[in-house]
Amino acid sequence: MSARVQSLAFRGWWEDRATSAREARRYARIFGRNAASVAGLGLVVTFLAIALVGPWIVPYPEDATGAVHLDRKLQAPSRAHWFGTDEVGDDVYTRVVLGARLSLQIGLVITLVAALIGVPLGVVAGYVGGPLGEIIMRVTDVFLAVPALVLAVAVVSALGPGIVNAILAVALVWWPGYVRLVQGKALAISQESYVEAARAVGVGRVRIAFVHLLPNCLSPILVKASMDMGTAILTAASLGFIGLGAQPPFPEWGAMISHGRNYLPTWWWYSAFPGLAIYLTVLGFNLLGDGLRDVLDPKSRG
Amino acid sequence: MTRYIAGRVLVLGVLLFGLLCITFVISHVIPGDPARLAAGPDASDAMVRTLRAQYGLDRPLGAQFVVYTRGLLRGDFGLSLRSRNAVAEDLARFFPNTLELVTLSLLLAIVVGVPLGMLSAVYRDTWIDHWSRVMSVSGVAVPAFWLGLMLQLVIALHLGWLPLGGRLNLTTALPQPITHLLLVDATLRGEWATLGDGLRHAVLPVVTLCFPALASILRVNRAEMIETLHQDYILNARAQGLGGVRVVAKYALRNAMIPTLTMIGLRYGWMLGGTLLVESVFDWPGIGLYAVNSALSSDFVPVMGVTLVIGLNFMLANLLVDLGYAWLDPRLRRTAA
Repeated sequence: MSARVQSLAFRGWWEDRATSAREARRYARIFGRNAASVAGLGLVVTFLAIALVGPWIVPYPEDATGAVHLDRKLQAPSRAHWFGTDEVGDDVYTRVVLGARLSLQIGLVITLVAALIGVPLGVVAGYVGGPLGEIIMRVTDVFLAVPALVLAVAVVSALGPGIVNAILAVALVWWPGYVRLVQGKALAISQESYVEAARAVGVGRVRIAFVHLLPNCLSPILVKASMDMGTAILTAASLGFIGLGAQPPFPEWGAMISHGRNYLPTWWWYSAFPGLAIYLTVLGFNLLGDGLRDVLDPKSRG
Repeated sequence: MTRYIAGRVLVLGVLLFGLLCITFVISHVIPGDPARLAAGPDASDAMVRTLRAQYGLDRPLGAQFVVYTRGLLRGDFGLSLRSRNAVAEDLARFFPNTLELVTLSLLLAIVVGVPLGMLSAVYRDTWIDHWSRVMSVSGVAVPAFWLGLMLQLVIALHLGWLPLGGRLNLTTALPQPITHLLLVDATLRGEWATLGDGLRHAVLPVVTLCFPALASILRVNRAEMIETLHQDYILNARAQGLGGVRVVAKYALRNAMIPTLTMIGLRYGWMLGGTLLVESVFDWPGIGLYAVNSALSSDFVPVMGVTLVIGLNFMLANLLVDLGYAWLDPRLRRTAA
């Protein structure tokens, strides 16, 4: 008897697995049909791989930590220096590759901090509502009424320049997007009949918020996070370019372009290659985000 | 309709006050010492104290806020810590340049983006569609400051077709101000050489700044047009024998324009943010460059001023967009009134 119950339980478990595996295969098929999504995934995977193994594949690892080789400064791209060298003789290829790891960290920290602040506030505003929700949404509106870069510059001008301050500044102005997204979603879901049913059988508000609302908000959050990785990297690089972000010798792409700018047009490679790296990275995350949206959240296509 | 507009203006005032609070908190409450930052690393404690007293930074925060807000109501944005200039005067001098840059960029983005999105939707999956899609994904991913530098590299430095930066050649005299908008003033005064020089200087910055906006306007318009072209009323219009161009341009575009208009309003705001980068690259004497230079010397008073001006402009643009909806869609007009 107990063996039969067990086997039934196993069958149930197995069928669940099989369904989710089938679901995953269906998602993969939809995703794979779109060449742009696949290209985006390829770019992101390449970027992640470079960020992970960077220190072991670059020819001159010491060039990212402030080494000076004046004997080989401002050399054109060659076999020894694929992307040329900069004004202190550092290998631009090495610095661009190691910049991937830095950009990944910047993007992850900004996106995570923004989501950790924005998502709970969005759930409160959308589900709990009331005066508290109203206040949250009005503050969000004010933040969304100014471009993120402008507010970030204001924050950095108060904190002083530097990479940590730049990351902090962008993270501090990035969360309102998540509040707006989650609030709308939570509001819509809280009208659904299964939430109604949960409420009717006496499930607590906190439990409803975390067990029923949040998991159903995950898809759009994931799509936004993917897009934001790219945009956050771009914004942090913009601060680096202005001179308010990373300072030398950090191999930060925006700061590299800013320094290379003084060596145009003769020594074009100094600012050309870091820019290409930013472009491909941001492009990858954007295309991946588009692809994920088509699969996970097809209703909100734009 | 009047009541609707009045309500919206009221909301705008509240938002602006919120923005004032936030920028004030950012620049005064964040642990940091603006007086020390502005005095520079070599300043003695006495110098920092003097500066602090001079700018009222030693007074309670509430009092500082009241003083600043009162000043704003009189059109006084405070004094720059570095240059001792009145920020309001600086803003008045630089803002017209930014306004010209942003307006030209937005116009270019609309004039190219909307028809291209339309063509892309009508000729879906042909070469024109493929190219405009490449443009639309690239536009938002390419760093504007890098695109600007590369345009300078190729077009200004290698080919020598256009000037590198600035608003006019050093030898060109500014037209006598009427509107303080350089290109407009040159036209009104009939100084065609100045106008030509100004336009030549404007090409690269305008193209750089418009690219991300063009990309997203194109993208939204294409998606909306594809959606609209499948609606029953379009099929009906076609079935009744209306020509292709007329159906697309008159019936479909009008409906596709509503989401596109939202994007245009949004992009106007982002463009104001983008001016910080593009004006830095092209040495364009607008409020973006002013904000960047002030931020680099930790001079927070002008940065606050620029933030408020950009915020106000963005809010006004959103108001215009909402009024634009009502014009495009009569149903919204009724609910709004």
